[in-house]
Amino acid sequence: MGTRNYRRKTSHSEHGAGDGGRTGSWRVERPVLDRNLCIPCKRNKEACFICWLFCPDVVISRTIPPTINLEYCKGCGICAEECPTKAITMVDEAKFAEEDKE
Amino acid sequence: MNKEFIAIRWHGRGGQGAITAAKIVAGAAFVSGYAGVVMAPTFGTERRGAPVMTSLKISKTKIYDLSPIETPDIVVVLDHLLLKEADVTHGLKPGGIIVLNTPMAHESYHFQDYRLATADITAISVEAGLPHGMVNTGIIGSLEKAANLLGIDLLVSGIEAEFRTRKPEKNSLAAKIAYERTVAGG
Amino acid sequence: MHIIENGNAAAALGVKLCRASVIAAYPITPQTPLTEKLSEYVESGEMKAEYIPVESEHSALAVCIAASSAGARTFTATSANGLLYMHEQVQWASGARLPMVMCVVNRAVGAPWNVWNDQQDSISQRDTGWIQIYCADHQQIIDTVIKAYWLAEQVSIPVMVCYDGYILSHTFMPFDLPDQEQVDSFLPPFQPDYFLNPQDPANLNTVTLPDVRMDVRGELAHGYMEIRCLLQEDLRKALQTAAEAEKRFAGIFNRGADPYIEPYRCDDAEHVAVGLGSITYQMRVCVDQLRTEGIKIGVMGVRYYRPFPDEAIAAALKGKKGVIVVEKALSYGYEGALMSDLKSALYEHLAGTGSLPVVQNFIAGIGGREIRTDDLTQTLRAAAKGRVSKEPVWIGLRL
Repeated sequence: MGTRNYRRKTSHSEHGAGDGGRTGSWRVERPVLDRNLCIPCKRNKEACFICWLFCPDVVISRTIPPTINLEYCKGCGICAEECPTKAITMVDEAKFAEEDKE
Repeated sequence: MNKEFIAIRWHGRGGQGAITAAKIVAGAAFVSGYAGVVMAPTFGTERRGAPVMTSLKISKTKIYDLSPIETPDIVVVLDHLLLKEADVTHGLKPGGIIVLNTPMAHESYHFQDYRLATADITAISVEAGLPHGMVNTGIIGSLEKAANLLGIDLLVSGIEAEFRTRKPEKNSLAAKIAYERTVAGG
Repeated sequence: MHIIENGNAAAALGVKLCRASVIAAYPITPQTPLTEKLSEYVESGEMKAEYIPVESEHSALAVCIAASSAGARTFTATSANGLLYMHEQVQWASGARLPMVMCVVNRAVGAPWNVWNDQQDSISQRDTGWIQIYCADHQQIIDTVIKAYWLAEQVSIPVMVCYDGYILSHTFMPFDLPDQEQVDSFLPPFQPDYFLNPQDPANLNTVTLPDVRMDVRGELAHGYMEIRCLLQEDLRKALQTAAEAEKRFAGIFNRGADPYIEPYRCDDAEHVAVGLGSITYQMRVCVDQLRTEGIKIGVMGVRYYRPFPDEAIAAALKGKKGVIVVEKALSYGYEGALMSDLKSALYEHLAGTGSLPVVQNFIAGIGGREIRTDDLTQTLRAAAKGRVSKEPVWIGLRL
């Protein structure tokens, strides 16, 4: 009966971190979250999550606090741009490289 | 007439119902055992009131040639004024039949080589209770009288089936009256 | 049960019998009566389907693509410039492997504007990855629509059912209307392998890289080239599935024949005329005439144009002196597309056997120019005598 296995015959993928490969290595700037400004952290309830919604690589979790999977975060900065309370700052990766050395 | 294959060309005006009339005759022919019937309207230029043509081919066997009729056995003319606008006898076989809806007398026409059948279908249809200008069912009665194709009963039931929701009795009555009153001759 | 109807009605009845559940179409002559009929069926409740009016052919196919991705059995139809306007989505539908059926009611393309029949529209979509089937009469139209759904859903490739505008679409003739129960037993409900589902979300046909890549599960996912190659492989394999469809159909409906080609008086023929669609039936009348004159000629209708049944065609033409390809379309700048494809099949299968026939090309009926049977007969008569021209010859041209 025919040729099936449709998923293999089309460009069909599951959404999720890693769909674009190991993109963490692309990062020039790293998003850093300030819990004192982040709405769900401050109120301790499920709210806002604009960062989770906007992240194109699905690397931010819908949790308190939101976590960022640096394995796949490519540092695009959309989360920082969209955060209504400016709780996310983009920090030069070079700084962390020095920290890692220490 | 060769009854293995009959070609009938219908001349009418857009909106006059020549296609429906040809379809009724096609259906009756198929029921009576003609395996091949093909009815093709003029393509693409049907406009209300404009001269239109419809081809009807009837054959004992399946028809493979869908091209327009070039040499009809019969031409049916739903409006006598079309004689001035269209070359209705074009290609008509010698001895072929012209069925003409006209208020004028049969004697007032002279078609050499052809057999003419006339009836005032416009008046007959009004008499049968149809609105003025509905001539496409009456003309079927004239066609049958002139050509003796399929039998009036079969055609009448075809008309009633086609018009089952639109005055079937009046439409078939028009065909029956036309069948009686058609003047056919050489 | 036999009924007398026009070709558009035959197609509409076929779609209704197949229980298509989403129909989106934009009216264009000579396709309009087909979609009008379907909208009437939906409006009256005779057909349980969504009829989605759209503002263009491009949208019509876009709607079908979305609906098919969500698991619906979809239908659309168009002609000429409508099909050309749809072209981008035509490519998308096959690349996305959506098993939809579209009727192309063949019409000339502009410019200049023309509403009459030729086959330039569907021929120009030859390379889009769709299956293309041509019909010669109303029985073939309704039967092909039914077979097309089964085939499309088996191979996950969309199908174009092509039939000549006006000559078939607007002409009335008798044909057998299949029973609903028979069609239901031939064509089970559409059960896609995957359809869009919030419980099982997926990205479909997003940017696909030139090379293969690891997906989120760590499995190797195809690159663009792999996906396109699978389409080609499956299209070629679809010829076998088409034969299965034919066999299955014949088992239920008691009619059917060679699925790919339709030969007539070819067995002992020295010359064979070849074409697509209703002209191949008209050429049967020419062949009958020429046979009475002692010319050994037959005619072969090509039903499947894509995938191209090269083997069947070469086998049927093996040992013939001459092949006369009569086409209602042209690959401008060279010759008829069928002509080129046919020559390529002959070269592939017969080169070196010393029996390559002489192949000639004639162009007819462009923009609805009437194809007189006498002219066609005269063309075949002359072509059977010897090569008329190296270039395609236009029949009935008055230049």
